[in-house]
Amino acid sequence: MVSSPVDVASRAVRDLTRPRGRTLKEKLFQYVLFVATAVGVVVLVVLLIDVFGDGLGRLRLDFLTGYSSRRPEATGIRTGLTGTLSLMVLTALFSFPVGVGAAIYLEEFAPDNWFTRLMQVNIANLAGVPSIVYGLLAAAVFVYLLEFGRSLLAGAMALSLLILPVIIVAGREAIRAVPRSIREGALALGATPWQTTYKQVLPVALPGILTGTILALSRAIGEAAPILVAGAVFSRRADNEPWSLFEPFGALPIQIFDFVKRPQAGFQIEAASAAIIVLLTALLLMNTLAIVLRNRYSRQW
Amino acid sequence: MSQVQPQASGAGVATDSGPDAPSPLTTSRKRYGERAILTVLWLCGAISIVTTVAIVAVLAVEGSVFFRNIDVVEFFTDTAWRPFGNPESEAFRIGILPLVNGTLLVTGIALVVAVPLGLGAASYLSEYASSRVRKTLKPMLEILAGIPTVVLGYFALTFVTPLLRDILGQSTVQIFNAASAGIVMGIMIIPTVASLSEDAMTAVPRALREAAYGLGATKRHVVTRVVFPAALSGIVSAVILAMGRAIGETMIVAIAAGNLPNMTVNPFEQIQTMTAYIVQAVTGEAPRGSLTYQSIFAVGGVLFVMTFAINIVAQRIVARFREVY
Repeated sequence: MVSSPVDVASRAVRDLTRPRGRTLKEKLFQYVLFVATAVGVVVLVVLLIDVFGDGLGRLRLDFLTGYSSRRPEATGIRTGLTGTLSLMVLTALFSFPVGVGAAIYLEEFAPDNWFTRLMQVNIANLAGVPSIVYGLLAAAVFVYLLEFGRSLLAGAMALSLLILPVIIVAGREAIRAVPRSIREGALALGATPWQTTYKQVLPVALPGILTGTILALSRAIGEAAPILVAGAVFSRRADNEPWSLFEPFGALPIQIFDFVKRPQAGFQIEAASAAIIVLLTALLLMNTLAIVLRNRYSRQW
Repeated sequence: MSQVQPQASGAGVATDSGPDAPSPLTTSRKRYGERAILTVLWLCGAISIVTTVAIVAVLAVEGSVFFRNIDVVEFFTDTAWRPFGNPESEAFRIGILPLVNGTLLVTGIALVVAVPLGLGAASYLSEYASSRVRKTLKPMLEILAGIPTVVLGYFALTFVTPLLRDILGQSTVQIFNAASAGIVMGIMIIPTVASLSEDAMTAVPRALREAAYGLGATKRHVVTRVVFPAALSGIVSAVILAMGRAIGETMIVAIAAGNLPNMTVNPFEQIQTMTAYIVQAVTGEAPRGSLTYQSIFAVGGVLFVMTFAINIVAQRIVARFREVY
């Protein structure tokens, strides 16, 4: 450990001027701060132990493939799994191109005028809008105004709008990290601005953009409030065709909410925590994928 | 490139000028394709603005329909919220105060939990922790922020509530209560408080710390009397942003806090928040055009205005009071 001269000097001065008895308070203070930091981590561990303890025994193959049932021991999460999967695919299809497009515009092409600044301020503000408000927006515009009905499409639109700011911010950061010299090189060889962006900047920024998108999707996968308002349903009638855009749909968080709200322990404790294990596993897989992508493709310039 | 060619097409860059074309440096051909692409990109960015406009429009339009039937003054001052049933009956009351009260109660409890713990964590991570400890603890706190709130709601209802009831007595603590929802929500926003405050504290220049040490201050004094005040604007905005998240949070309160609009300050009683009401109303299949359906937009409007104002205030505080070193 190499200390700077300033470090050494300041430590010396401190040692000289420190009255005895102060050290106990110092240690105590540091200890309290450490405990404050540890509380969150401890709660996380307790939560995981609690959930796995309650749900692991219930987690069998027929729980994953079964339809929901009135009997807690027979219920399954097929509706939630297929619904969440289709929601994620649709949400990614909607939000990724638009988010990347907006990020490219703001980083590479936007002139510095009031409209650009409005866009930037607005994206920051959108990130602070409660997710349930996106549900209200989807209910009014997609479900009723555009007459999609309480459908998969409306739910996916709500989630797409919700995670759009996150993708734009991540995309901008990834694009900004590409050095100027790459662009200048391409432009000097006669490439147009769009050719430069599409063929040089984007491929280099893509891993970063994908990492951000996966993290945004992993937020969307756990959201219940917006899709609940946009028309997700609890029952098995949502399960008929997971890929049909205009049918009612279920989702894992919705199904967990449904289980928790029921009075029987078989639903509230066992089925709910088994479904939570599935949801957390999906989250973990997505986060791992994002980390692998980042580590594999990140470069130093 | 190993060899230089007279008409090199560049390192993988396609140019649209062949060998016979005039030099691209002297032409100023209009590139319609480029313009079209630029327009598409602009539209992508504009969708964010369209979203905001649409949110405001939806809340305003649906809200105005609601206020055609309900007196605005009554809505904001009546102390009872009983929106189900026949609007003509005596029991029907539609004052949002109990919902606002429930929301603020839960948010207050969340802040009581999150502010000390979050600031403690921020101080520890920025001032005390070795880089190795920081690299382990920080991601773990961030995992906490990524746990779906429906899972946290389950945890509040099936773990924290029984715990509270065992400690304080079954008769004191109701099954649905503001306290356990608030505590778990506080845990949820610890990462928000901690990470933004840590950024603010790390941004305080070394020279200030060295000066304090030079004057004989101990580390504790440096943290509490130099770093903390210097980072105050960042810390305050972190707390305000966390408050905005708590006000808008839905699933924890919908699961654990209850569905009883209640003008109480007793944290162990059942309450209802604005977000929990919206969930209750939509899961009860409110048909379009009914007063219940319109009321969720009025409540959503109040929620949106509150969180929006909070975000603006947080941004203003950072912008105005940021210490420039």
